[in-house]
Amino acid sequence: MSDYKNFTMNFGPQHPAAHGVLRLILEMDGEVIRSADPHIGLLHRATEKLAESKPYNQNIGYMDRLDYVSMMCNEHAYVLAIEDIMKLDIPERSKYIRVMFDEITRILNHLLWLGAHALDIGAMSVFLYAFREREDLMDCYEAVSGTRMHATYYRPGGVAKDLPNIMPKYMLNKNQNLDQVEKLNYNREGSLLDFIDSFIDRFPKNVDEYENLLTDNRIWKQRTVGIGVVSPDRAIDLGFTGPMLRGSGVEWDLRKKEPYEIYKNLEFDIPIGTEGDSYDRYLVRMQEMRESAKIIKQCCDWLKNDNGDFISSNNKIAPPDRDDMKENMESLIHHFKLFSEGYCLPVGETYKCVEAPKGEFGIYMISDGANKPYRLKIRAPGFPHLASLDEMVKGHMLSDVVTIIGTQDIVFGEIDR
Amino acid sequence: MNKIRELLEGHIIDYIESDMTTVTVDKSKLKKVLSLLKDDIDLKFTQLIDLCAVDYVEYGDSEWQTKEATSTGYNRGIRPSSHSRIDFSNETNEDEYDLCVTYHLLSITHNQRIRVKCFLDDDSLIIPSVTDLFASADWYEREAYDLFGVLFEGHNDLRRILTDYGFIGHPFRKKFPLVGNTQVRYDPEQRRVVNEPVDIEPRTLVPKVIRKK
Repeated sequence: MSDYKNFTMNFGPQHPAAHGVLRLILEMDGEVIRSADPHIGLLHRATEKLAESKPYNQNIGYMDRLDYVSMMCNEHAYVLAIEDIMKLDIPERSKYIRVMFDEITRILNHLLWLGAHALDIGAMSVFLYAFREREDLMDCYEAVSGTRMHATYYRPGGVAKDLPNIMPKYMLNKNQNLDQVEKLNYNREGSLLDFIDSFIDRFPKNVDEYENLLTDNRIWKQRTVGIGVVSPDRAIDLGFTGPMLRGSGVEWDLRKKEPYEIYKNLEFDIPIGTEGDSYDRYLVRMQEMRESAKIIKQCCDWLKNDNGDFISSNNKIAPPDRDDMKENMESLIHHFKLFSEGYCLPVGETYKCVEAPKGEFGIYMISDGANKPYRLKIRAPGFPHLASLDEMVKGHMLSDVVTIIGTQDIVFGEIDR
Repeated sequence: MNKIRELLEGHIIDYIESDMTTVTVDKSKLKKVLSLLKDDIDLKFTQLIDLCAVDYVEYGDSEWQTKEATSTGYNRGIRPSSHSRIDFSNETNEDEYDLCVTYHLLSITHNQRIRVKCFLDDDSLIIPSVTDLFASADWYEREAYDLFGVLFEGHNDLRRILTDYGFIGHPFRKKFPLVGNTQVRYDPEQRRVVNEPVDIEPRTLVPKVIRKK
């Protein structure tokens, strides 16, 4: 045995705790990690290159598929970049809708993170609870866009459709009798906003449930406290953003610091950690879910009393009304132009970022005046996070690698792009 | 912001206020400028948010241009401008490029952003690495090397990062074909995965159009 001091171990890419397709080459000294070399790119689809060959609107769908658990936040950064180059102002209502769905997305993301993270460390039940709530939020996605995940809902100038006045219901089927179906439909009698309202009313209690299971759980604390500690200065240097940065005690949130859309009208707090370990990042994300619920509530109340436009009336970038298109020559031309050639942006470049659930999701877009982006660089928050994995796992045990991958909230769609 | 202008006087080629302060620097002054921005007490651009390369070789080219009325009509614009294939015997086709490296810095202390652009000369792909100034530059530079072939001098682990093991070429350059050069499939006879030239015909669904208003 004494002959074998250090040895190399291959972790992934087909490992459930690798959160997708992460391949790690670990240099081990017994059970202690000496160094980790992440091999990424197994999910590389060249999104940025594909985007250069397509008109602006056709790329929105690619954005969903980057960080595929926070779909609408990705779209948001992309449409913001287009609107910034165009200097386009969008209706107030669409801003509120976007913010509301950004926060719904944040809860969706954090729920999946929580479930998967807990499952990795050995707590099964949280995963099931988290997916119970995710189901309802997916239904909100479906109600506005027709799809549960890859919504393509945000458009330059606003959003694709207005919020529906009826919430889709479960139908009687061979597996569920009338009683069961009525139970499932109890909060689906009103509009989408009523449904979201009822969700937000019960959601803080759900978060209490998760916290009951984990926050003071001895095993949970043993697995997370003191694991993957990053100091504030080091976190900044490593390019951390979002909960990873806030977990280290840096108060930085783009929703407060560079408020886009209508975040400056809303009341919410930014939770930060003190120790910079995995447990603090867990606490930060849990608190963020509660804050998101507050934001959704405020947006909901505002939207209920508003009947404005959901998309810009500028038909050079937003499609005209369908009925109008059949009667009006001008609208017909606009429609044809928009869906064949698209629209051209003025020459310019911009960097627009949003506070995505994982951190700063940025779009650096260069336009040479064409109907396609000349260059689209996607700044994915997970990329610098994963780059620091080597530093974070050094000296920890093999089992802590799983904790640290979990606490970084790694999703390969955005890292590999 | 005038403070930046004052500080960088003599070190920068160009200064623009667009969506954010954008400065253009020469390669020889790049590290000087970045360290000035990072260390100045009133600026403190301590975080490198993003680093990426841009290939400007087709900037402003349109696929949908005619000088006079055409009898071929809608046949134009079908062939993408980046249709050339690499000839593996000599890599001359891919040699046409006009690269620029863009740095996005963020000052968390003063809530301010800046963009630093650095164009590469035609004859050299080498640019100094900034990994000693910003830890986050490590992977970003590997990515820019992988996708564009920019060589970062002083980076101590400049390997490919996103493309496959053994990949040839730098796929995000404009002259690299969108459909790629090779494709892989499992060959049941040889009982292994084989690489072969790609058999997809490159085509453009929507031509690139530039309309001047």
